[in-house]
Amino acid sequence: MPARMGSRAPAGFSRSLPELGLLLLLAFVLLQGSVFPHGADASADTSHHGGDGCSSTHVKETNRTKKAFPVLSFEYEHIKTPFEVSIWVLFASLMKLGFHLVPRLSSIVPESCLLIVVGLLVGGLSKLIGDTELPKLDSKNFFLVLLPPIILDAGYFLPIRPFMENLGTILMFAVVGTLWNAFFIGSLLFAVCQIPAAGLTHLGLLSCLLFGSIISAVDPVAVLAVFEEIHINELLHILVFGESLLNDAVTVVLYHLFEEFSVFGQVTVLDGFLGVISFLVVALGGVLVGAIYGIVAAFTSRFTSHMRVIEPLFVFVYSYIAYLSAELFHLSGIMALIACGAVMRPYVEANISHKSHTTIKYFLKMWSSVSETLIFILLGVATVGGPHNWNWIFVTATVILCLVARVMGVVGLTYIINKFRIVKLTTKDQFIVAYGGLRGAIAFSLGFLLEHEDEDMKHIFLTAIITVIFFTVFVQGMTIKPLVELLAVKKKQEAKRSINEEIHIQFLDHLLTGIEDICGHYGHHHWKDKLNRFNRKYVKKCLIAGERSKEPQLIAFYHKLEFKQAIQLVESGAGGKLSSALPSTVSIQNIQPKKPPPAPETRERVLPQLPKAREEEIRKILRSNLQRTRQRLRSYNRHTLVADPYEDGFNDLLKKQKMFELEKKIKEMNNYLSVPAATSDSPTLRRARLASDPQSYNVKPDADGVPTIQVELASPQSPDSVNIVNIVDEVKRDREKDEDTGLTMKPPNAPSKQGAEEDAKDQQKLMRCLSDPGPSADEGEDDLFLP
Amino acid sequence: MGSLQSSPSHPDYVDLAEKTGFSLEQISILHKRFKQLSHNEDKLRREHLDQITDLQANPIREQIVEAFFDKRNFYQDIEEPVNEISFENFLEVMSNFRPPSDNLSEEQLVKVRLEKLRFLFNMHDTDKDGTITLEEYRHVVEELLSYYEALENETARGIADAAMLEVASITRGHMEPDEFYEGITFEHFLKLLEGFEIESRMNIRFMNMDTTTLCKLECGK
Repeated sequence: MPARMGSRAPAGFSRSLPELGLLLLLAFVLLQGSVFPHGADASADTSHHGGDGCSSTHVKETNRTKKAFPVLSFEYEHIKTPFEVSIWVLFASLMKLGFHLVPRLSSIVPESCLLIVVGLLVGGLSKLIGDTELPKLDSKNFFLVLLPPIILDAGYFLPIRPFMENLGTILMFAVVGTLWNAFFIGSLLFAVCQIPAAGLTHLGLLSCLLFGSIISAVDPVAVLAVFEEIHINELLHILVFGESLLNDAVTVVLYHLFEEFSVFGQVTVLDGFLGVISFLVVALGGVLVGAIYGIVAAFTSRFTSHMRVIEPLFVFVYSYIAYLSAELFHLSGIMALIACGAVMRPYVEANISHKSHTTIKYFLKMWSSVSETLIFILLGVATVGGPHNWNWIFVTATVILCLVARVMGVVGLTYIINKFRIVKLTTKDQFIVAYGGLRGAIAFSLGFLLEHEDEDMKHIFLTAIITVIFFTVFVQGMTIKPLVELLAVKKKQEAKRSINEEIHIQFLDHLLTGIEDICGHYGHHHWKDKLNRFNRKYVKKCLIAGERSKEPQLIAFYHKLEFKQAIQLVESGAGGKLSSALPSTVSIQNIQPKKPPPAPETRERVLPQLPKAREEEIRKILRSNLQRTRQRLRSYNRHTLVADPYEDGFNDLLKKQKMFELEKKIKEMNNYLSVPAATSDSPTLRRARLASDPQSYNVKPDADGVPTIQVELASPQSPDSVNIVNIVDEVKRDREKDEDTGLTMKPPNAPSKQGAEEDAKDQQKLMRCLSDPGPSADEGEDDLFLP
Repeated sequence: MGSLQSSPSHPDYVDLAEKTGFSLEQISILHKRFKQLSHNEDKLRREHLDQITDLQANPIREQIVEAFFDKRNFYQDIEEPVNEISFENFLEVMSNFRPPSDNLSEEQLVKVRLEKLRFLFNMHDTDKDGTITLEEYRHVVEELLSYYEALENETARGIADAAMLEVASITRGHMEPDEFYEGITFEHFLKLLEGFEIESRMNIRFMNMDTTTLCKLECGK
């Protein structure tokens, strides 16, 4: 390789006549050399050179004397494609960074708009410079590379409960709404085209319908990009977003249908009928394919306990293969991907390790973020570059018709849907749903894919599509946020779910199922209950490894809650302040029923007892896997994806928290202690601080002046305190050595505690990168996970 | 008002419709179901409800059945103990699950919400003393968890305790160590489930209930 490269250099330098002949010979040699694959090493080349006879040897000598050994050479072709891709990705990400640095910008203009503008600028620049090759928003790239991560991200983190509850509504909007849009726009456009002044009479009805079907679909990428920033309530979000995902099936069918038939020029009734069947096949087939792959993935994840590192890979690869398999049969790839992600998630989450879960989450968010950015930028570039055919009438008609069709569709459908819904959709809701119907890159790519049309028509279409996309993304995207404020649409509730709510949700489920049974009414609660039971009895046993198949959701939720508290404790644990986690000093003791005082045995019963069994239980909980505590991500916002700190915990956090809880439960309420231990310098917290965002981590000052209060053993409550102290002691012994020594034990007097439970504000602070021990006890404490 | 005649005529239905808010059609369907459950008797007893097979798999069936025989859920005072209920009482209990009608004002919605929460509260408060004590709440959690096999008692207790703690802290805030939190009163219960949109969740669609097919399934038992 170096020889080859080297021999080029002198070819450029030598000019004089005697060397010209040598040059030609050299060129000849070069040509021969280029036949070899790139991987040919220098020795092969030199031997080839040598084999050319004495003249080439002479050449070689001349070569050797002429050229200097190429210390630095430049070869671009070799790395061109990966290099350009990387540069683009880097550029896109830097742009994203840049937006958030400009303070006011990101709150006024949604990111998608900014990215398109950047794309426009880049496209414009490149046109000015000359024709540099720009990556086009090529349909193949788009559908196979850029789109799947976004959809997988959406599908994997799809909030199943609201989705299922509103499935009827979503399907109505997706299927009937899109059909209505397509036909309305298509036929009216055809009517417009008939106007001689437009010069569009060559557009047949089928072509217009084809165009209508392309432009009618609400785009998930655009919807995600815009809706993420406005934080509307869950119902509306899931309606618009669900619609954008499910209408893919309709779009696929209509597109293929009309594309086929626009060649032939007419559609018969049979074809229409086949179209309907095709729709069912496409939609259900896509879902089936996805579900099958999802189950296989879940099953695979059952066995990965010894090879944790590749767990995320299974999730990604199975999903991608599901997508490709569906595309193979012209089924709906998007629906396959969503089905795969949604089906595999509960089982996979139960099986994989904590770190794998975090990896999956981060990778998905990262890829989808990059994809989305690239899509918008490339859209901007393609706008500048692509061949356009601007036809005023066509474009304006398209834009207007899109809006009108959308509004009419939503209003009409809502009227019908509200007859069947318990929670009706108000006018405000309808407005948001209609306004949120953004078009995006999918429409553009579909337009790009058009083959059978003549070029002229294709360009007209593309121009119109781009205009509509720009209009929806810029105008609607920018104004939706102030409109949401103006109309006072209900925003997403940020409230944390309390355990009481969780209990009541489950209680209500069973209650409603019971009432339905009493009524003799096989309503959807009944079927949901049956499905759950089936799931629990058979499916979970198959797909989830080991014991975890039996864990009920309430327990998982409870563990998660404990986790949260544990992390909050450690976050705030540095100082020794006297506050409690719950903003009160209520403790277990307060809620225990009062019993008549003392025989000491009765006293014992008053306290939450800590018999051996309970200690065992507590210890078991402490040591057991913490993966169960993960729940689905409740944030829809990719951009502010912040590590749910409640997931990155480690074992000792929970231990610590348990310890604190135990101490809380001790009768000695008067004896909260704060030990001004060197908690700020404890290795754990130091690590935590290093790793975490310095702004978000607030170390409380050491409460040096807090006195320690001694607890007398003689008090009647103390037998239990000794118990607790023993437990704490034991647990402490279990910990690894390099743990923080924040807790100093002064048994039996002072079960010490780090006391500091924060007030609500600090609970918002994030704790990054605490390693987790993984599933098995042998895995030691790992290195820092830096976000 | 007395018990309903076994062959109800429309005036009675109208009466009931007014009281409970059901439509006439819904009432006639429910009446059919009532007769089916009670084997055409006038009064429904606990055993009748226990015969429903689907209900057996429900972890909180005891409380559900009890709710039908809970005098607090009836509009008028009946002496305890209630061992059998009339159709009117049946309807009264069912009316708690009716979705709120469309054109309710803000305060009517609040009233509906209160009624539903009151019903839930009564379900939890099994000893009818007006507060949900720790024991009662524990019982609820244990029942919910009994849905899954073989769970240790301690975990259930832990959860119930944590839940009570949460309630106490939300409602009472700061408490002295030797103060005692008697239990969840109705006001506390309200505060607890403030964010919980019960008026939209605690509903059954009474629309398309065809109970005739089910008769064949259930009557054979």
